[in-house]
Amino acid sequence: MADSRASKNVIVKYLPVYFVLLGIAVVEVFLAYQHFSTRFLIAILLALAICGSSLAVMYFMHLAEERRSLFLTLIPATIFVLLMMNMIWSDSFRLLHMKPFPH
Amino acid sequence: MSNTEVAVHVHGGMIEGSPYAIPSRKLTMWLFIISDAVTFGALLFGYGYLRTASSDWPTPFKFNPSILNVMIMTVALITSSLTMLGAVDSAKLGNKPKANRFLWSTILLGVIFAGLHIREWFGLIDEGVRLFQNPWGSPLFGATFFCITGLHLLHVTAGVVAIAVVSRGFSRGRLTPGHVETTGLYWHFVDLVWMFVVPLVYLLNISR
Repeated sequence: MADSRASKNVIVKYLPVYFVLLGIAVVEVFLAYQHFSTRFLIAILLALAICGSSLAVMYFMHLAEERRSLFLTLIPATIFVLLMMNMIWSDSFRLLHMKPFPH
Repeated sequence: MSNTEVAVHVHGGMIEGSPYAIPSRKLTMWLFIISDAVTFGALLFGYGYLRTASSDWPTPFKFNPSILNVMIMTVALITSSLTMLGAVDSAKLGNKPKANRFLWSTILLGVIFAGLHIREWFGLIDEGVRLFQNPWGSPLFGATFFCITGLHLLHVTAGVVAIAVVSRGFSRGRLTPGHVETTGLYWHFVDLVWMFVVPLVYLLNISR
């Protein structure tokens, strides 16, 4: 009985995170149908995706409850590698401008 | 010699304690997740590169069926993360039947996700999308779409199989709550990747 109550409690504990993640998904779809520029849309969708994934990592994956050293070992290195991948953009824009637009 | 330097003495040898105060299997799963996150990151950057460089990138996803389908898939995957949390908690409390019920609910939601995903794939294939051709524009659309969503689908399928194996092992007493927790970490990661795939691969390519 006590076990059953505790299991329900963990579901209830994480329900706010669950609803926020669902809310983010709905807001993303809503924003995608607004007439924003592609650049602005990418920025806002990425920001929302980063918020959602941060919640999942910190609460669903319990990184917030682990030692800070684990967070500091894993997350900055990952962000650094992903940021380094941004060097490709100048070349993709160069390719875009080399190509004629379709009629 | 401090406690953090040396924690356990076994048969005269010394085993260093975990610097992160977590079991090695959990640390290994975290390291796998980080490497997998970078793999997905590289795929999404590659997709972004090709999409930016193409002036005729297709935007084929209509609200019905594609985006509606994706929304149902998202709800299924996020809900499966919640049931996985229940499974881990029940396993830690030693309530095996309840943990198994949660694990099989997670499997069911994973199967629903995979089924809807395959339906989405067949819909696009019916419309003429192949790996290197499609009726609308840049031929690389199919390659990037099937590669990114295919790798994610492979992760979901592997996760469903892993959860089934862990559930069976845990109910028979061969596996511990730690194994359930480690499998849960992997499953949440699959959910996390989907949070980036939906906006970048689907929502940026909606048909207006």
